[in-house]
Amino acid sequence: MFDTLSNRLDGIVKRLRGKGRLTEADVDEVMKEIRTALLDADVNVTVVRSVTNRIREHAIGATKSAALDPGQQVVKAVNDELTRILGGETLKINYASRPPTVVLMAGLQGSGKTTNAAKLASWFKQQGRQPLLVGADLQRPAAVEQLRTLGRQIDVPVYSDPEDPVLTAYQGLQEAKRLGRDVLIVDTAGRLSIDAEMMEQVRLISGAVSPDYTFLVIDAMTGQDAVQTAEVFHATLQIDGVILSKLDGDARGGAALSVKEVIGRPIAFASTGEKLDAFEQFHPDRMAGRILGMGDMLTLIEQAEKAFEADQAEQAAAKLMEGDFTLDDFLEQMQQLKKMGPLGSVLGMMPGMPKELKGAEIDDDDLKPIEAIIRSMTREERARPQVINGSRRTRIANGSGTTVGDVNRLVKQFGEMQKMMKKLGMAGGGKKGKKGKTGGLGALAGLTGGGMPDLSELQGLAEQKGLTGPPGGGTDRRR
Amino acid sequence: MDLQWLFVVLIAVVVVFGIGVLVVNRRRADHGGPTAPPRDRPAVPPDRSDPSAPEAEAEDGRAGDTLVEERPPTEPAVEAPPAPPVEPVTLRGRMSKARASLAGAFAGVRSRSGIDAETWDELEEALLRADVGVRVTDALLDELRGRVERAEITEPDALLDALQTEMSTRLSTADRSLAVPDGSEGPDVWLFVGVNGVGKTTTIGKIAQQQITEGRSVLMAAGDTFRAAAAEQLATWAERAGAEFVRGTEGGDPSSVIFDGVERAAARGVQLVLADTAGRLHTKTNLMDELRKVRRVAEKGAGRVTETLLVIDATTGQNGLAQAREFGEATQVTGVVLSKLDGSAKGGIVFAIETELGIPVKLVGVGETIDDLLPFDPDEFVAALFAA
Repeated sequence: MFDTLSNRLDGIVKRLRGKGRLTEADVDEVMKEIRTALLDADVNVTVVRSVTNRIREHAIGATKSAALDPGQQVVKAVNDELTRILGGETLKINYASRPPTVVLMAGLQGSGKTTNAAKLASWFKQQGRQPLLVGADLQRPAAVEQLRTLGRQIDVPVYSDPEDPVLTAYQGLQEAKRLGRDVLIVDTAGRLSIDAEMMEQVRLISGAVSPDYTFLVIDAMTGQDAVQTAEVFHATLQIDGVILSKLDGDARGGAALSVKEVIGRPIAFASTGEKLDAFEQFHPDRMAGRILGMGDMLTLIEQAEKAFEADQAEQAAAKLMEGDFTLDDFLEQMQQLKKMGPLGSVLGMMPGMPKELKGAEIDDDDLKPIEAIIRSMTREERARPQVINGSRRTRIANGSGTTVGDVNRLVKQFGEMQKMMKKLGMAGGGKKGKKGKTGGLGALAGLTGGGMPDLSELQGLAEQKGLTGPPGGGTDRRR
Repeated sequence: MDLQWLFVVLIAVVVVFGIGVLVVNRRRADHGGPTAPPRDRPAVPPDRSDPSAPEAEAEDGRAGDTLVEERPPTEPAVEAPPAPPVEPVTLRGRMSKARASLAGAFAGVRSRSGIDAETWDELEEALLRADVGVRVTDALLDELRGRVERAEITEPDALLDALQTEMSTRLSTADRSLAVPDGSEGPDVWLFVGVNGVGKTTTIGKIAQQQITEGRSVLMAAGDTFRAAAAEQLATWAERAGAEFVRGTEGGDPSSVIFDGVERAAARGVQLVLADTAGRLHTKTNLMDELRKVRRVAEKGAGRVTETLLVIDATTGQNGLAQAREFGEATQVTGVVLSKLDGSAKGGIVFAIETELGIPVKLVGVGETIDDLLPFDPDEFVAALFAA
């Protein structure tokens, strides 16, 4: 079965890691793998050809540099190229001097226009704007009703008129002026790029509201057709940016790369979940990193910095490696972690995370019993869990509203984890110690050069614990 | 409560953060500057509560988990433009009209006097462009290369014919018949699953129409209780097709809606229940578990699930295979509905789905009107790809 693009490239790089230098034959082999990986990721054939040609030149150049690890060189070449294609900067919204700023949403059926119209409205609200949504999708049954429901959820008014989509859009614009709303978002019906009549309709809608921004919504799972669709929509509407939807699945999102390359417009936003706030501005550099299997490391670090005291985290990591990590430290880290956002999304951004854990939807509420147990311990117990005896256990269980079994499990797991981390820390120290000044962290700090922390031991542990499926518990729907 | 996995996760997260921060600090120290470039990005959403359900329920103002309605609430939706009048809808007609043919790409192959390296490159590119995928493309072309080497094929035209035959052959063995109700006790249930936005609800509307035309009684169960107004959308289709309709409250339990639909169908002697489900990405374990439950509960009463149809958007690339694998594993998918084949996408992913997973494509959607759903004919499908 297909590996993900990141796994594939990861595999290549691992093989090259042992080599001192790349021969041209190595480069050819690597390029073949990269080509397959990009095609598996649904990058357009034409784009793949130009990308691999350019990467090949870089990579051959790299064989001449004896100073650099070839694996790092290849990753760097691919990363540079992907980042270059995905495009310099984040799209910055310039608001119209005479409001409202008009945004038009267009795309194929089922790409996610209605949902993303609402998400975008919510995003504008967060920017301190007052959006108005217009439902100009009169094609799909109940599309306007869907938009109204979403509008209620984010407290944004919705205008629509069942008569005519072009008229609705125009009247929506007047309504926005009348109500003094400063952003207008027009949702349109899904249409095929080859449907001349419908393309003409959306052109008329565009003409009626003269949008400041026209966004093309593209499903991250789209295959080779993304390019044709984007070209036709761009020719009809002058696309300003792309909204990449459904990026929270396992689609490798090659379509994003192709579309950017072909129409030269940036990916402006990415939709990363079903919740209305799972929507963010797109960072090209991070997407390339993600494709390369470095996770969304930058985003993660940035978020971590916001939430964590850097010193504290550094200390904690060092402690962990040395095996001095106490339950107190653990509790503290857990609190910090919670500040960074929903656990599930944080995990998704982590590189090298086992698939089972990435897929697992983790509810922050699951942390509560753990917190309660630790909080019910005395200072001594937290520092040295081995002192916890039968009567202390009962007291802790009673204090935290859990059972003695729960307390036992937590203590036991914590002990095992401590042991494992200690081992990991020591193993790292021996292998690549000269690289990192903090000794034991060397092995894990390989990500400086484009590698990544080796979480395979954790995965091993996960498997050993029978962690292959979902983490038990409810099948509760998304809340 | 299972603490084990949580521990693994938490520790992993702590480790990676710590290290991430360490590395960044070290890098900054190396560059002698502490400042990070400011990035404008929205804050991470802090809460995971879903505001939709209570609100929708309050507004509905009706108690009970499932509501049964004689007449669905009407939505003044403007109808889709009527289908072009004369010609009967055919897969080939629709696909060629959509310029889904690879003819352009094959023209270059035909124009050359012999078969050379460029020929293979062009064939490969054409197949990849149709979303056939690297593995299937390699397999198809390797087979042909062998025959060219053995001089069984020498002319470009013969090569293209051989490719067409080879592609048809790969799709020739599957049983594509639908398990229509055979008149035995209890209603048959057809369950519709798939990722978001592939066209499940629309497909149900079309199937209902066809089944009713063929003289069967149909009930639609609005198992998509998640997406806003999904039930209204299905209700509109039910009204158009003249099917009975059962819905639940928004945010309610989809299993119970479908269970109620089956019970109601049994009580009224309705033969076929078409059960809609919310779109979900196949990577969301909780939601896939929910779907397993839906599948189980649908058979708890009088009904039995005779088809589980996975709807796949023809524009889907290689991710379609992952979709088919995961949904197939979770719900014992019996067939694929390939939707939106009237666009410019070619749907080549079905080769991988059929040959690697053995799930047959049973139906194709070629338009928005109620008649635009056709049985999948592999020869026509392949011929349409090759049509000049």
